[in-house]
Amino acid sequence: MEALLDNAGPLLQGLLTTLWIAAVSGVGALVLGVLVAAARVSPVPVLRGVAFGYVQLFLNVPLLALLVLFVFALPDVGLLMPLTTTVVVVLVVYEAAYVAEAVRSGVNTVPLGQAEAARALGLTFLQSLRLVVLPQAVRAVVQPLGNVLIALVMNTALAAAVGVVELTSATNKVNLVEAQPIPIFAGAGVLYMLVALTIGLLSGVVERRVAIVR
Amino acid sequence: MSARRTPTASVLYDAPGPRTRRRIAIASAVTVIVVGAALVLALREFASHGQLDAERWAPFASWPIWSYLLVGLRGTLQAAAVTAVLSAAVGVLLALGRLSRARLVRWPATAYIEVARSLPVLLLIYVTLFGLPRYGIDLPLLWKLVLPLTVANSAAFAEIFRAGILSLPRGQDEAARSLGMSGAQSMRLVVLPQAVRRVTPSVVTQLVSLLKDTSLGYVVAFTELLFRAQVLASYNRLLVQTFLVVTLMYLVVNGLLSALASRLQDASRRRTPTTPDVPLLAAKEIHA
Repeated sequence: MEALLDNAGPLLQGLLTTLWIAAVSGVGALVLGVLVAAARVSPVPVLRGVAFGYVQLFLNVPLLALLVLFVFALPDVGLLMPLTTTVVVVLVVYEAAYVAEAVRSGVNTVPLGQAEAARALGLTFLQSLRLVVLPQAVRAVVQPLGNVLIALVMNTALAAAVGVVELTSATNKVNLVEAQPIPIFAGAGVLYMLVALTIGLLSGVVERRVAIVR
Repeated sequence: MSARRTPTASVLYDAPGPRTRRRIAIASAVTVIVVGAALVLALREFASHGQLDAERWAPFASWPIWSYLLVGLRGTLQAAAVTAVLSAAVGVLLALGRLSRARLVRWPATAYIEVARSLPVLLLIYVTLFGLPRYGIDLPLLWKLVLPLTVANSAAFAEIFRAGILSLPRGQDEAARSLGMSGAQSMRLVVLPQAVRRVTPSVVTQLVSLLKDTSLGYVVAFTELLFRAQVLASYNRLLVQTFLVVTLMYLVVNGLLSALASRLQDASRRRTPTTPDVPLLAAKEIHA
Protein backbone atom coordinates (compact mmCIF):
# COMPACT_ATOMS: atom_id res chain seq x y z
CA MET A 1 0.00 0.00 0.00
CA GLU A 2 2.85 2.32 0.91
CA ALA A 3 4.57 1.57 -2.39
CA LEU A 4 1.38 2.67 -4.08
CA LEU A 5 1.02 5.93 -2.16
CA ASP A 6 4.70 6.82 -2.52
CA ASN A 7 4.37 6.57 -6.28
CA ALA A 8 0.96 8.14 -6.65
CA GLY A 9 2.55 10.91 -8.72
CA PRO A 10 3.86 8.89 -11.68
CA LEU A 11 0.81 6.60 -11.60
CA LEU A 12 -1.65 9.47 -11.76
CA GLN A 13 0.46 11.08 -14.47
CA GLY A 14 0.17 7.81 -16.40
CA LEU A 15 -3.56 7.72 -15.78
CA LEU A 16 -3.88 11.25 -17.16
CA THR A 17 -1.95 10.26 -20.30
CA THR A 18 -4.19 7.20 -20.71
CA LEU A 19 -7.33 9.30 -20.31
CA TRP A 20 -6.06 11.98 -22.68
CA ILE A 21 -5.15 9.49 -25.41
CA ALA A 22 -8.45 7.67 -24.91
CA ALA A 23 -10.51 10.87 -25.01
CA VAL A 24 -8.91 12.30 -28.15
CA SER A 25 -8.93 9.02 -30.07
CA GLY A 26 -12.43 8.23 -28.79
CA VAL A 27 -13.85 11.42 -30.30
CA GLY A 28 -11.90 10.87 -33.52
CA ALA A 29 -13.01 7.24 -33.79
CA LEU A 30 -16.68 8.16 -33.24
CA VAL A 31 -16.60 10.78 -36.02
CA LEU A 32 -14.65 8.65 -38.50
CA GLY A 33 -16.67 5.57 -37.61
CA VAL A 34 -20.01 7.26 -38.33
CA LEU A 35 -18.64 8.49 -41.68
CA VAL A 36 -17.46 4.98 -42.58
CA ALA A 37 -20.83 3.55 -41.56
CA ALA A 38 -22.57 6.13 -43.76
CA ALA A 39 -20.33 5.13 -46.66
CA ARG A 40 -21.18 1.46 -46.07
CA VAL A 41 -24.92 2.05 -46.58
CA SER A 42 -24.56 4.57 -49.40
CA PRO A 43 -25.96 3.92 -52.89
CA VAL A 44 -22.48 4.30 -54.40
CA PRO A 45 -21.05 0.79 -54.89
CA VAL A 46 -17.42 1.96 -54.96
CA LEU A 47 -17.85 3.85 -51.71
CA ARG A 48 -19.50 0.82 -50.13
CA GLY A 49 -16.60 -1.34 -51.27
CA VAL A 50 -13.98 1.04 -49.90
CA ALA A 51 -15.77 1.25 -46.54
CA PHE A 52 -16.14 -2.53 -46.42
CA GLY A 53 -12.44 -2.99 -47.14
CA TYR A 54 -11.57 -0.43 -44.48
CA VAL A 55 -13.63 -2.20 -41.82
CA GLN A 56 -12.32 -5.64 -42.75
CA LEU A 57 -8.72 -4.42 -42.69
CA PHE A 58 -8.87 -2.98 -39.20
CA LEU A 59 -11.10 -5.69 -37.77
CA ASN A 60 -8.59 -8.35 -38.78
CA VAL A 61 -5.16 -6.83 -38.19
CA PRO A 62 -3.84 -6.68 -34.60
CA LEU A 63 -3.60 -3.18 -33.17
CA LEU A 64 -0.08 -3.89 -31.95
CA ALA A 65 1.06 -4.78 -35.48
CA LEU A 66 -0.34 -1.45 -36.70
CA LEU A 67 1.31 0.45 -33.85
CA VAL A 68 4.67 -1.16 -34.58
CA LEU A 69 4.24 -0.47 -38.30
CA PHE A 70 3.39 3.20 -37.77
CA VAL A 71 5.85 3.92 -34.96
CA PHE A 72 8.93 2.01 -36.13
CA ALA A 73 8.55 1.37 -39.86
CA LEU A 74 6.69 4.27 -41.47
CA PRO A 75 9.25 6.91 -40.40
CA ASP A 76 11.37 5.19 -43.08
CA VAL A 77 8.99 6.53 -45.72
CA GLY A 78 8.95 10.00 -44.23
CA LEU A 79 5.86 9.66 -42.03
CA LEU A 80 7.32 11.00 -38.82
CA MET A 81 4.98 12.36 -36.16
CA PRO A 82 5.37 12.80 -32.41
CA LEU A 83 4.94 9.43 -30.66
CA THR A 84 1.67 10.22 -28.90
CA THR A 85 0.18 11.67 -32.08
CA THR A 86 1.07 8.50 -33.98
CA VAL A 87 -0.58 6.37 -31.31
CA VAL A 88 -3.72 8.53 -31.38
CA VAL A 89 -3.91 8.34 -35.19
CA VAL A 90 -3.56 4.55 -35.15
CA LEU A 91 -6.16 4.21 -32.39
CA VAL A 92 -8.59 6.46 -34.31
CA VAL A 93 -8.40 4.53 -37.58
CA TYR A 94 -8.46 1.17 -35.73
CA GLU A 95 -11.39 1.84 -33.42
CA ALA A 96 -13.33 3.65 -36.15
CA ALA A 97 -13.84 0.25 -37.78
CA TYR A 98 -15.51 -1.03 -34.60
CA VAL A 99 -17.60 2.14 -34.30
CA ALA A 100 -18.66 1.71 -37.94
CA GLU A 101 -19.76 -1.88 -37.29
CA ALA A 102 -21.76 -0.79 -34.23
CA VAL A 103 -23.44 2.10 -36.07
CA ARG A 104 -24.23 -0.10 -39.07
CA SER A 105 -25.99 -2.59 -36.82
CA GLY A 106 -27.87 0.43 -35.47
CA VAL A 107 -28.91 1.44 -38.99
CA ASN A 108 -30.42 -2.02 -39.36
CA THR A 109 -32.63 -1.43 -36.30
CA VAL A 110 -34.24 1.71 -37.73
CA PRO A 111 -37.70 0.68 -38.95
CA LEU A 112 -38.18 0.65 -42.71
CA GLY A 113 -41.04 3.16 -42.40
CA GLN A 114 -38.65 5.85 -41.16
CA ALA A 115 -36.54 5.81 -44.28
CA GLU A 116 -39.61 5.41 -46.49
CA ALA A 117 -41.26 8.38 -44.82
CA ALA A 118 -38.11 10.45 -45.25
CA ARG A 119 -38.07 9.65 -48.95
CA ALA A 120 -41.77 10.28 -49.29
CA LEU A 121 -41.16 13.77 -47.86
CA GLY A 122 -38.69 14.35 -50.66
CA LEU A 123 -35.49 14.20 -48.62
CA THR A 124 -32.42 13.28 -50.61
CA PHE A 125 -30.35 10.28 -49.57
CA LEU A 126 -27.86 12.41 -47.64
CA GLN A 127 -30.64 14.35 -45.95
CA SER A 128 -32.55 11.24 -44.90
CA LEU A 129 -29.33 9.67 -43.64
CA ARG A 130 -28.26 12.77 -41.72
CA LEU A 131 -31.62 13.90 -40.38
CA VAL A 132 -33.61 10.69 -39.98
CA VAL A 133 -31.68 7.44 -40.10
CA LEU A 134 -28.30 8.10 -38.45
CA PRO A 135 -29.65 9.95 -35.38
CA GLN A 136 -31.94 7.01 -34.65
CA ALA A 137 -29.24 4.48 -35.48
CA VAL A 138 -26.72 6.04 -33.10
CA ARG A 139 -29.32 6.30 -30.33
CA ALA A 140 -29.99 2.59 -30.69
CA VAL A 141 -26.35 1.62 -30.20
CA VAL A 142 -25.27 3.81 -27.26
CA GLN A 143 -24.48 0.75 -25.14
CA PRO A 144 -22.40 -1.01 -27.85
CA LEU A 145 -20.57 2.26 -28.52
CA GLY A 146 -19.84 2.44 -24.79
CA ASN A 147 -18.32 -1.03 -25.05
CA VAL A 148 -16.19 0.10 -27.99
CA LEU A 149 -14.96 3.03 -25.90
CA ILE A 150 -14.14 0.72 -22.98
CA ALA A 151 -12.19 -1.51 -25.40
CA LEU A 152 -10.46 1.65 -26.62
CA VAL A 153 -9.31 2.49 -23.08
CA MET A 154 -8.00 -1.08 -22.67
CA ASN A 155 -6.24 -0.76 -26.03
CA THR A 156 -4.44 2.45 -25.05
CA ALA A 157 -2.33 0.14 -22.86
CA LEU A 158 -0.69 -1.17 -26.04
CA ALA A 159 0.88 2.28 -26.42
CA ALA A 160 3.16 1.14 -23.59
CA ALA A 161 4.62 -1.48 -25.93
CA VAL A 162 5.82 1.23 -28.31
CA GLY A 163 7.17 3.51 -25.62
CA VAL A 164 4.38 5.83 -24.47
CA VAL A 165 4.43 6.23 -20.70
CA GLU A 166 0.75 5.79 -19.93
CA LEU A 167 -0.82 3.98 -16.98
CA THR A 168 0.36 0.44 -17.83
CA SER A 169 3.88 1.58 -18.63
CA ALA A 170 4.06 3.80 -15.53
CA THR A 171 2.83 0.90 -13.39
CA ASN A 172 5.50 -1.37 -14.81
CA LYS A 173 8.20 1.21 -14.19
CA VAL A 174 7.10 1.80 -10.61
CA ASN A 175 7.05 -1.95 -10.02
CA LEU A 176 10.56 -2.39 -11.41
CA VAL A 177 11.79 0.11 -8.81
CA GLU A 178 9.64 -0.90 -5.84
CA ALA A 179 9.41 -4.64 -6.61
CA GLN A 180 6.02 -4.93 -4.94
CA PRO A 181 3.89 -6.28 -7.76
CA ILE A 182 0.70 -7.08 -5.85
CA PRO A 183 -0.23 -3.62 -4.51
CA ILE A 184 1.10 -1.76 -7.55
CA PHE A 185 -0.56 -3.83 -10.27
CA ALA A 186 -3.74 -4.12 -8.21
CA GLY A 187 -3.77 -0.33 -7.88
CA ALA A 188 -3.45 0.11 -11.63
CA GLY A 189 -6.13 -2.53 -12.18
CA VAL A 190 -8.51 -0.66 -9.89
CA LEU A 191 -7.88 2.56 -11.84
CA TYR A 192 -8.65 0.82 -15.16
CA MET A 193 -11.77 -0.73 -13.65
CA LEU A 194 -12.93 2.66 -12.41
CA VAL A 195 -12.51 4.14 -15.89
CA ALA A 196 -14.37 1.21 -17.48
CA LEU A 197 -17.09 1.42 -14.83
CA THR A 198 -17.50 5.17 -15.40
CA ILE A 199 -17.87 4.73 -19.16
CA GLY A 200 -20.31 1.86 -18.59
CA LEU A 201 -22.44 3.90 -16.19
CA LEU A 202 -22.30 7.01 -18.39
CA SER A 203 -23.38 5.07 -21.48
CA GLY A 204 -26.20 3.60 -19.39
CA VAL A 205 -27.35 7.09 -18.39
CA VAL A 206 -27.02 8.43 -21.94
CA GLU A 207 -28.90 5.44 -23.31
CA ARG A 208 -31.83 5.94 -20.94
CA ARG A 209 -31.95 9.59 -21.97
CA VAL A 210 -31.86 9.17 -25.72
CA ALA A 211 -33.31 5.69 -26.25
CA ILE A 212 -36.31 5.57 -28.54
CA VAL A 213 -39.01 3.36 -27.09
CA ARG A 214 -40.63 1.41 -29.91
CA MET B 1 -32.70 -12.41 -50.48
CA SER B 2 -30.30 -9.52 -50.64
CA ALA B 3 -33.13 -7.16 -49.77
CA ARG B 4 -33.69 -9.22 -46.64
CA ARG B 5 -30.06 -9.28 -45.67
CA THR B 6 -29.69 -5.51 -45.53
CA PRO B 7 -33.24 -4.37 -45.01
CA THR B 8 -32.68 -0.69 -44.21
CA ALA B 9 -29.71 -0.15 -46.45
CA SER B 10 -31.65 -0.93 -49.59
CA VAL B 11 -34.68 1.04 -48.47
CA LEU B 12 -32.59 4.12 -47.83
CA TYR B 13 -32.75 4.90 -51.52
CA ASP B 14 -35.01 4.11 -54.50
CA ALA B 15 -34.05 2.15 -57.54
CA PRO B 16 -31.97 4.86 -59.20
CA GLY B 17 -33.45 6.82 -62.09
CA PRO B 18 -31.34 8.38 -64.86
CA ARG B 19 -30.34 11.44 -62.83
CA THR B 20 -29.43 9.43 -59.74
CA ARG B 21 -27.49 6.99 -61.88
CA ARG B 22 -25.49 9.90 -63.21
CA ARG B 23 -24.87 11.16 -59.67
CA ILE B 24 -23.81 7.69 -58.54
CA ALA B 25 -21.41 7.54 -61.47
CA ILE B 26 -19.95 10.92 -60.50
CA ALA B 27 -19.66 9.91 -56.84
CA SER B 28 -18.00 6.65 -57.87
CA ALA B 29 -15.54 8.53 -60.06
CA VAL B 30 -14.75 10.97 -57.24
CA THR B 31 -14.20 8.07 -54.82
CA VAL B 32 -11.92 6.29 -57.26
CA ILE B 33 -9.97 9.49 -57.90
CA VAL B 34 -9.59 10.32 -54.18
CA VAL B 35 -8.60 6.78 -53.17
CA GLY B 36 -6.36 6.49 -56.22
CA ALA B 37 -4.70 9.81 -55.49
CA ALA B 38 -4.08 8.76 -51.90
CA LEU B 39 -2.52 5.51 -53.10
CA VAL B 40 -0.37 7.28 -55.69
CA LEU B 41 0.78 9.79 -53.08
CA ALA B 42 1.64 6.99 -50.67
CA LEU B 43 3.50 5.04 -53.36
CA ARG B 44 5.43 8.17 -54.42
CA GLU B 45 6.38 8.73 -50.80
CA PHE B 46 7.53 5.10 -50.63
CA ALA B 47 9.45 5.42 -53.89
CA SER B 48 11.13 8.70 -52.96
CA HIS B 49 12.57 7.00 -49.86
CA GLY B 50 13.70 4.07 -51.94
CA GLN B 51 11.28 1.68 -50.25
CA LEU B 52 9.94 0.37 -53.54
CA ASP B 53 13.36 -0.67 -54.83
CA ALA B 54 13.39 -4.19 -56.14
CA GLU B 55 16.21 -5.33 -53.89
CA ARG B 56 14.20 -4.28 -50.83
CA TRP B 57 11.30 -6.51 -51.85
CA ALA B 58 13.22 -9.35 -53.51
CA PRO B 59 13.97 -11.13 -50.19
CA PHE B 60 10.23 -11.66 -49.75
CA ALA B 61 10.16 -13.75 -52.90
CA SER B 62 12.66 -16.17 -51.37
CA TRP B 63 11.78 -19.25 -49.38
CA PRO B 64 14.10 -18.76 -46.36
CA ILE B 65 12.36 -15.52 -45.37
CA TRP B 66 8.96 -17.11 -45.72
CA SER B 67 9.94 -20.20 -43.79
CA TYR B 68 11.28 -17.88 -41.08
CA LEU B 69 7.99 -15.98 -40.92
CA LEU B 70 5.90 -19.14 -41.18
CA VAL B 71 7.57 -20.46 -38.02
CA GLY B 72 6.24 -17.28 -36.43
CA LEU B 73 2.79 -17.93 -37.85
CA ARG B 74 2.93 -21.45 -36.39
CA GLY B 75 3.73 -19.91 -32.99
CA THR B 76 0.79 -17.54 -33.37
CA LEU B 77 -1.58 -20.37 -34.25
CA GLN B 78 -0.20 -22.55 -31.46
CA ALA B 79 -0.64 -19.85 -28.82
CA ALA B 80 -4.09 -19.02 -30.20
CA ALA B 81 -5.17 -22.68 -30.17
CA VAL B 82 -4.03 -23.32 -26.60
CA THR B 83 -5.62 -20.07 -25.41
CA ALA B 84 -8.86 -20.79 -27.29
CA VAL B 85 -9.28 -24.28 -25.83
CA LEU B 86 -8.50 -23.16 -22.28
CA SER B 87 -10.61 -19.98 -22.51
CA ALA B 88 -13.60 -21.82 -23.96
CA ALA B 89 -13.47 -24.48 -21.23
CA VAL B 90 -13.05 -21.94 -18.42
CA GLY B 91 -15.62 -19.70 -20.14
CA VAL B 92 -18.31 -22.41 -20.04
CA LEU B 93 -17.64 -23.03 -16.35
CA LEU B 94 -17.76 -19.29 -15.60
CA ALA B 95 -20.99 -18.87 -17.56
CA LEU B 96 -22.58 -21.75 -15.63
CA GLY B 97 -21.22 -20.24 -12.42
CA ARG B 98 -22.69 -16.84 -13.14
CA LEU B 99 -26.07 -18.44 -13.88
CA SER B 100 -25.93 -20.67 -10.81
CA ARG B 101 -28.51 -20.30 -8.09
CA ALA B 102 -25.93 -20.70 -5.34
CA ARG B 103 -24.60 -17.29 -4.35
CA LEU B 104 -21.26 -18.76 -3.29
CA VAL B 105 -20.73 -19.76 -6.91
CA ARG B 106 -22.51 -16.91 -8.65
CA TRP B 107 -20.79 -14.00 -6.94
CA PRO B 108 -17.18 -15.09 -7.45
CA ALA B 109 -17.90 -15.99 -11.08
CA THR B 110 -19.59 -12.63 -11.69
CA ALA B 111 -16.78 -10.75 -9.96
CA TYR B 112 -14.11 -12.59 -11.95
CA ILE B 113 -15.86 -11.89 -15.27
CA GLU B 114 -16.38 -8.21 -14.54
CA VAL B 115 -12.83 -7.67 -13.30
CA ALA B 116 -11.13 -9.62 -16.08
CA ARG B 117 -13.14 -7.75 -18.70
CA SER B 118 -11.98 -4.35 -17.54
CA LEU B 119 -8.24 -4.98 -17.35
CA PRO B 120 -5.93 -4.39 -20.32
CA VAL B 121 -4.26 -7.62 -21.46
CA LEU B 122 -0.88 -5.90 -21.48
CA LEU B 123 -1.22 -5.15 -17.76
CA LEU B 124 -1.89 -8.86 -17.15
CA ILE B 125 1.13 -9.72 -19.26
CA TYR B 126 3.34 -7.39 -17.23
CA VAL B 127 2.04 -9.13 -14.10
CA THR B 128 3.16 -12.54 -15.42
CA LEU B 129 6.40 -11.12 -16.77
CA PHE B 130 7.53 -8.96 -13.86
CA GLY B 131 5.12 -9.67 -11.02
CA LEU B 132 4.91 -13.45 -10.69
CA PRO B 133 8.67 -14.18 -10.88
CA ARG B 134 9.06 -12.20 -7.68
CA TYR B 135 6.94 -14.82 -5.94
CA GLY B 136 8.98 -17.62 -7.46
CA ILE B 137 6.54 -18.35 -10.28
CA ASP B 138 8.48 -18.28 -13.53
CA LEU B 139 6.35 -19.75 -16.26
CA PRO B 140 7.65 -21.16 -19.55
CA LEU B 141 7.57 -18.62 -22.38
CA LEU B 142 4.42 -19.94 -24.07
CA TRP B 143 2.50 -19.76 -20.80
CA LYS B 144 3.63 -16.23 -20.10
CA LEU B 145 1.58 -15.34 -23.16
CA VAL B 146 -1.21 -17.92 -22.85
CA LEU B 147 -2.02 -17.39 -19.17
CA PRO B 148 -2.85 -13.65 -19.37
CA LEU B 149 -4.69 -14.15 -22.65
CA THR B 150 -6.74 -16.93 -21.05
CA VAL B 151 -7.56 -14.80 -18.03
CA ALA B 152 -8.94 -12.09 -20.33
CA ASN B 153 -10.58 -14.26 -23.00
CA SER B 154 -12.26 -16.73 -20.62
CA ALA B 155 -14.31 -13.81 -19.32
CA ALA B 156 -15.27 -12.84 -22.88
CA PHE B 157 -16.20 -16.44 -23.72
CA ALA B 158 -18.20 -16.70 -20.49
CA GLU B 159 -20.32 -13.71 -21.51
CA ILE B 160 -20.88 -15.17 -24.98
CA PHE B 161 -21.98 -18.56 -23.61
CA ARG B 162 -24.15 -16.92 -20.98
CA ALA B 163 -25.89 -14.89 -23.66
CA GLY B 164 -26.45 -18.12 -25.60
CA ILE B 165 -27.93 -19.94 -22.62
CA LEU B 166 -30.20 -16.99 -21.79
CA SER B 167 -31.34 -16.70 -25.41
CA LEU B 168 -32.77 -20.22 -25.35
CA PRO B 169 -36.52 -20.47 -24.69
CA ARG B 170 -37.23 -21.54 -21.10
CA GLY B 171 -39.37 -24.34 -22.48
CA GLN B 172 -36.26 -26.30 -23.44
CA ASP B 173 -35.10 -26.60 -19.85
CA GLU B 174 -38.65 -27.10 -18.57
CA ALA B 175 -39.30 -29.89 -21.08
CA ALA B 176 -36.04 -31.60 -20.14
CA ARG B 177 -36.90 -31.34 -16.44
CA SER B 178 -40.41 -32.66 -17.00
CA LEU B 179 -38.86 -35.69 -18.69
CA GLY B 180 -37.20 -36.40 -15.36
CA MET B 181 -33.75 -35.02 -16.08
CA SER B 182 -31.85 -33.39 -13.26
CA GLY B 183 -30.79 -29.76 -13.58
CA ALA B 184 -27.26 -30.81 -14.50
CA GLN B 185 -28.48 -33.33 -17.07
CA SER B 186 -30.78 -30.80 -18.68
CA MET B 187 -27.97 -28.27 -18.87
CA ARG B 188 -25.47 -30.77 -20.28
CA LEU B 189 -27.73 -32.63 -22.71
CA VAL B 190 -30.34 -30.08 -23.77
CA VAL B 191 -29.51 -26.46 -22.99
CA LEU B 192 -25.74 -26.20 -23.52
CA PRO B 193 -25.56 -27.98 -26.89
CA GLN B 194 -28.19 -25.65 -28.34
CA ALA B 195 -26.74 -22.56 -26.68
CA VAL B 196 -23.25 -23.29 -28.01
CA ARG B 197 -24.61 -23.82 -31.52
CA ARG B 198 -26.44 -20.49 -31.33
CA VAL B 199 -23.37 -18.51 -30.38
CA THR B 200 -20.92 -20.19 -32.78
CA PRO B 201 -20.59 -17.02 -34.93
CA SER B 202 -19.76 -14.92 -31.85
CA VAL B 203 -17.27 -17.57 -30.73
CA VAL B 204 -15.48 -17.41 -34.09
CA THR B 205 -15.46 -13.59 -33.91
CA GLN B 206 -13.93 -13.85 -30.45
CA LEU B 207 -11.32 -16.23 -31.92
CA VAL B 208 -10.32 -13.50 -34.37
CA SER B 209 -9.88 -11.08 -31.48
CA LEU B 210 -7.93 -13.74 -29.55
CA LEU B 211 -5.63 -14.37 -32.49
CA LYS B 212 -5.00 -10.64 -32.69
CA ASP B 213 -4.16 -10.65 -28.98
CA THR B 214 -1.41 -13.23 -29.51
CA SER B 215 0.57 -10.46 -31.21
CA LEU B 216 1.41 -9.45 -27.63
CA GLY B 217 4.00 -12.22 -27.89
CA TYR B 218 5.99 -9.28 -29.23
CA VAL B 219 6.23 -8.02 -25.64
CA VAL B 220 6.80 -11.46 -24.11
CA ALA B 221 9.46 -12.39 -26.70
CA PHE B 222 7.48 -15.54 -27.54
CA THR B 223 8.14 -16.72 -31.10
CA GLU B 224 4.95 -15.63 -32.83
CA LEU B 225 4.43 -13.72 -36.05
CA LEU B 226 4.92 -10.13 -34.86
CA PHE B 227 7.91 -10.93 -32.64
CA ARG B 228 9.45 -12.96 -35.46
CA ALA B 229 8.91 -9.98 -37.77
CA GLN B 230 10.64 -7.68 -35.33
CA VAL B 231 13.65 -10.00 -35.09
CA LEU B 232 13.74 -10.32 -38.87
CA ALA B 233 13.47 -6.56 -39.38
CA SER B 234 16.25 -5.78 -36.92
CA TYR B 235 18.41 -8.25 -38.85
CA ASN B 236 17.69 -7.27 -42.46
CA ARG B 237 16.77 -3.60 -41.78
CA LEU B 238 13.74 -3.93 -44.07
CA LEU B 239 11.32 -2.55 -41.50
CA VAL B 240 8.65 -1.25 -43.85
CA GLN B 241 8.58 -4.35 -46.04
CA THR B 242 8.66 -6.85 -43.17
CA PHE B 243 5.88 -5.23 -41.16
CA LEU B 244 3.71 -4.69 -44.25
CA VAL B 245 4.09 -8.37 -45.18
CA VAL B 246 3.24 -9.44 -41.63
CA THR B 247 0.21 -7.14 -41.57
CA LEU B 248 -0.97 -8.84 -44.76
CA MET B 249 -0.40 -12.28 -43.23
CA TYR B 250 -2.58 -11.36 -40.24
CA LEU B 251 -5.16 -9.99 -42.64
CA VAL B 252 -5.31 -13.24 -44.62
CA VAL B 253 -5.49 -15.58 -41.61
CA ASN B 254 -8.02 -13.49 -39.71
CA GLY B 255 -9.94 -12.65 -42.87
CA LEU B 256 -10.48 -16.38 -43.43
CA LEU B 257 -11.71 -16.74 -39.84
CA SER B 258 -14.02 -13.72 -40.21
CA ALA B 259 -15.40 -15.09 -43.46
CA LEU B 260 -16.10 -18.36 -41.64
CA ALA B 261 -17.92 -16.40 -38.92
CA SER B 262 -20.20 -14.60 -41.36
CA ARG B 263 -20.90 -17.86 -43.23
CA LEU B 264 -21.90 -19.50 -39.97
CA GLN B 265 -24.08 -16.49 -39.22
CA ASP B 266 -25.87 -16.77 -42.55
CA ALA B 267 -26.25 -20.53 -42.09
CA SER B 268 -27.79 -20.16 -38.64
CA ARG B 269 -30.12 -17.44 -39.93
CA ARG B 270 -31.32 -19.78 -42.65
CA ARG B 271 -31.92 -22.53 -40.08
CA THR B 272 -34.06 -20.35 -37.84
CA PRO B 273 -37.74 -20.98 -38.49
CA THR B 274 -39.52 -18.23 -40.40
CA THR B 275 -41.17 -15.72 -38.14
CA PRO B 276 -44.97 -15.79 -38.35
CA ASP B 277 -45.35 -12.20 -39.53
CA VAL B 278 -43.61 -12.96 -42.81
CA PRO B 279 -46.19 -13.95 -45.44
CA LEU B 280 -45.89 -17.53 -46.62
CA LEU B 281 -45.09 -16.53 -50.19
CA ALA B 282 -42.27 -14.28 -49.14
CA ALA B 283 -40.95 -16.99 -46.88
CA LYS B 284 -40.85 -19.43 -49.79
CA GLU B 285 -39.08 -16.86 -51.90
CA ILE B 286 -36.47 -16.38 -49.19
CA HIS B 287 -35.74 -20.05 -48.89
CA ALA B 288 -35.62 -20.56 -52.66
